[in-house]
Amino acid sequence: MSGDKVFPDEPAGPFPAPPTTIEDREGRPITVRRYDEALDRDALEAMYAAFDPADRAQGIPPTGERRIADWLDSITGPETVNVVANHGDGVVGHATLVPDEPEGTAELAIFVLQEYQGAGIGTCLIETLLGAGREAGIERVWLTVERWNDPAISLYEKVGFVASDTESFEHEMAIRLA
Amino acid sequence: MKLLLGIGGSDDSIRALERAVDRVAETGDDLTVAILRNPASEADPADIEEQARAVLDDAGVSAPVRHLEGDPGSELVELAEREGFDRIVLGGGETSPMGKIKLGGIAEFVLLNSHVSVTLVR
Repeated sequence: MSGDKVFPDEPAGPFPAPPTTIEDREGRPITVRRYDEALDRDALEAMYAAFDPADRAQGIPPTGERRIADWLDSITGPETVNVVANHGDGVVGHATLVPDEPEGTAELAIFVLQEYQGAGIGTCLIETLLGAGREAGIERVWLTVERWNDPAISLYEKVGFVASDTESFEHEMAIRLA
Repeated sequence: MKLLLGIGGSDDSIRALERAVDRVAETGDDLTVAILRNPASEADPADIEEQARAVLDDAGVSAPVRHLEGDPGSELVELAEREGFDRIVLGGGETSPMGKIKLGGIAEFVLLNSHVSVTLVR
């Protein structure tokens, strides 16, 4: 899908590799670390089961146990890069890179549980994910976001994404890591 | 019901063709297949027609197959309105590697401009 995509010439970053730890704006200790299937799968499914459907974007996350499980299988499979944000034992945020053509390209998505939004966790998640992606050899990352979702667009711009296609329903943005 | 199915050769349009023809085989709706020039697809219109006729034959459905030249979305809407179709049927978009649904350009135009009801096949 990305054969026709435009990426910035200059790499952004550097970005931190996981794990990273912050105190969020509500004073909660949050750790962002690599996703571990055995350790985190149940908690990740629980996060998506609790996710407000009003915050879905372009059909993801899906709803219902079966669809959530199928979707998580596909986005945590081989060649993907995943990090989760932990508060205590719970997973409160998740960011993922899913490989796309050509090699070295990935699509990004990030989700933060509603009660944890607006507290700086998204920035930490996305920067740490890009650090992990760089380590995994990913050079180009793109995403789409609803054109009316200004908070998300601001977050992506702050990290270094630039608009690459603003003509369709979804606002497409891209970043170069290397 | 008088259905107008628009296909331009993208994967989702071929899926819409198969699903719509299966449905018409059950309901007996009056189907017309319109082959569009989708700028995002490199499929040859003659090949698309051949594929459409094969799907129709397999299902035992007979439907006229027409070719629309020019801008696909506007030609489809114009045909539907001019000839009194009840519904336009289109592919519901591709999904990204992440699983995000992305509407095609033809579907975008048709949804925003058609006075005829539109079904997107998922």
